[in-house]
Amino acid sequence: MNRIKIDVASALADRRLQATLFPALQRSVESRDEAVSEVENWEELRDYGRRVKLHTLEKLPFYLEKLEKNVVGHGGKVLWAESGEDAVRMILTIARERAVRKVVKSKTMLGEEIHLNQGLLKGGLEVIETDLGEYIVQLCDEMPSHIVTPALHKSRHDVAELFEAKLGMEPTDDVAKLTLTARNVLRRHFLEADLGISGVNFGVAETGTIVVVENEGNARLSTSLPRVHIALMGIEKVIPRTVDLSVLLKLLTRSATGQRLTSYVNLISGPKREGELDGPEEFFLILVDNGRSQIYEDQFLRQTLTCIRCGACQNICPVFQRLGGHAYGTVYQGPIGSILTPQMFPIAAVEEHPFASSLCGACEETCPVKIEIPKILLRLRQQVQEARNHGIQRFRPERIGMLMWAWVVSSSRRYAIASRWLRRLQSVLFRNGRFRPAVPPVSAWQKDRDVPGLAPKRFREYRESEGAEH
Amino acid sequence: MKVSFFSTCLVDQLFPQVGASAVRLLRRLGVEVDCDPRQTCCGQPAFNTGYASEARKVVSHFIRVYRDVETIVVPSGSCAAMIKCHMLDIFPEGSPQYQEVVAIASRTFELSDFLVSELGVVETGARFSGTVTYHDSCHQLRELGISEQPRTLIRGVEGIQFVEMKNSTRCCGFGGTFSVKFPDISAELGRDKLRWIQESKAEYVIANDVSCLMHLDGLLKRERIPVETMHLAELLVK
Ligand code: SF4
Repeated sequence: MNRIKIDVASALADRRLQATLFPALQRSVESRDEAVSEVENWEELRDYGRRVKLHTLEKLPFYLEKLEKNVVGHGGKVLWAESGEDAVRMILTIARERAVRKVVKSKTMLGEEIHLNQGLLKGGLEVIETDLGEYIVQLCDEMPSHIVTPALHKSRHDVAELFEAKLGMEPTDDVAKLTLTARNVLRRHFLEADLGISGVNFGVAETGTIVVVENEGNARLSTSLPRVHIALMGIEKVIPRTVDLSVLLKLLTRSATGQRLTSYVNLISGPKREGELDGPEEFFLILVDNGRSQIYEDQFLRQTLTCIRCGACQNICPVFQRLGGHAYGTVYQGPIGSILTPQMFPIAAVEEHPFASSLCGACEETCPVKIEIPKILLRLRQQVQEARNHGIQRFRPERIGMLMWAWVVSSSRRYAIASRWLRRLQSVLFRNGRFRPAVPPVSAWQKDRDVPGLAPKRFREYRESEGAEH
Repeated sequence: MKVSFFSTCLVDQLFPQVGASAVRLLRRLGVEVDCDPRQTCCGQPAFNTGYASEARKVVSHFIRVYRDVETIVVPSGSCAAMIKCHMLDIFPEGSPQYQEVVAIASRTFELSDFLVSELGVVETGARFSGTVTYHDSCHQLRELGISEQPRTLIRGVEGIQFVEMKNSTRCCGFGGTFSVKFPDISAELGRDKLRWIQESKAEYVIANDVSCLMHLDGLLKRERIPVETMHLAELLVK
């Protein structure tokens, strides 16, 4: 098992990142706030969104089967993938049977989650990301650093340099020119591709429609130009009805980008029908579990699956605002990543992540479906500590410290005695806001901060000395 | 009106003057205050670090101390939130302590909320000439929904200059054991806060949690920035 560490040092040392990240995210937060303030019943919509998603989860098999039935009714095919590898294999098989050579992809975080690009490349296919952000990230062979804006960590200047090096573009800093260049390159790929792969924001069970939200039109092209379209959908993305969609769309676009509606909302119901001019000849919907039903088991943690991937919690998270996405080392990053990843993998592999939060609660406050992220983090912290209680790890200093601390403060007598002893110890070790020598956790504290030190007199004695009656 | 004052362990050990100010303040406003000598801590350090059974132990002691008390007042948003919101996670419905915890939670008040919402106080009779800004501590703001009460009280101080800083609701970066598990991020977030405090031109930063203030003060001192931290209770008895 590979342990993923959070790389704080590199993120904080990255001058460029530190200069651009926070202002960029603050702008996202501001536009979200503005868009939300226009909606009078925003709180009601949030409650509705949460309820719908929780209800759907409760009856997940029912709604998934309904979705399947209706997609099949439109002439689509539905496949069920238990794991990421299964999904990749299914896509490779479909591609092979149809002699596919080139694949265009529109943005899908699930695709990132199951390492689809690597899988397709290994299978001998050419893969092109068509979302501008994803395209940039693909050109530098990196991972997305944000679930909505994958190239968040790149400045305009970075992109210009990249296009110069990889696409032979003339040096420029003009965003319009950069976009146009990418568009021209991508157009050619769209026309040549035999297979289009997209993600799914919502799958409407009632109508068998999948919904893909985007701003660039690339998803529309990816899903309609190539002769085959495969939509990858996490099983938690199903929703009951079209009415629910109207609320969830509002919640999503306003939270994600501060838009009333995105430029494109693609509603796709199966392949091209007889007499229609556009659309793929074949349509596949792959329903991916990949650990989700495991999350589903726990009544409380289950709400993690109601996430609509708007990225608002990332934008507002103080820790994410300083670290950016890459430092987390995981596909999903920031608050949503820190609750989702530990539940999808063995928790010991990402045991730092639930702790990488000050529990400030800004994420829950902004989350359009009111996921109780801090409470979930707390629960996962308990799971991490429990998982560590084996072998030598049982004697880790932190645990010993906590055991002793709890023993002391759960008795007023022990607490009083310890208070006296700590003051004696302090009188030897403490000078001018620092302890010398210092052991963790004091050393971690005083690296950047002075230590206040214990007051000579405790509250009670202090009041007595002030002459207060008991 | 009679209340039992829970000083919190940080105030008890590190900032006794804050507790003393709060008690003086309450008495000045005609409240009878009792401080139970058996009090220790609310259990938050263990709970927030994932040590559930250790937290349970400490909370059990807390329950023993406060089970028969009419009203509990706490000079900390964070500890008040622990008592009002999280003790129920530790002893949920079905556990033998549940009823007691529900009762304790409903009788516990954060200091500024108690003064404004329960006593209807606007002016405490304090006088202070200085420019202050207010930092919203996270749990007080987001778990207890307390934001106006402290501001009302600050504005009620005679002679004071109150300025809002930018991003007053953004976390200062303390976060309990987060501050030592991820000290570099914690300090970085604290320095962000210092910038906004300085931009506001305030000479004092006020908050309702000594934990945030301890973190900010530690940074201010290390960076030699001439801004002072002050707990709301200390301001209100000036
Ligand atoms: S957890 Fe909430 S705020 Fe974060 S991405 Fe999911 S829906 Fe959006």
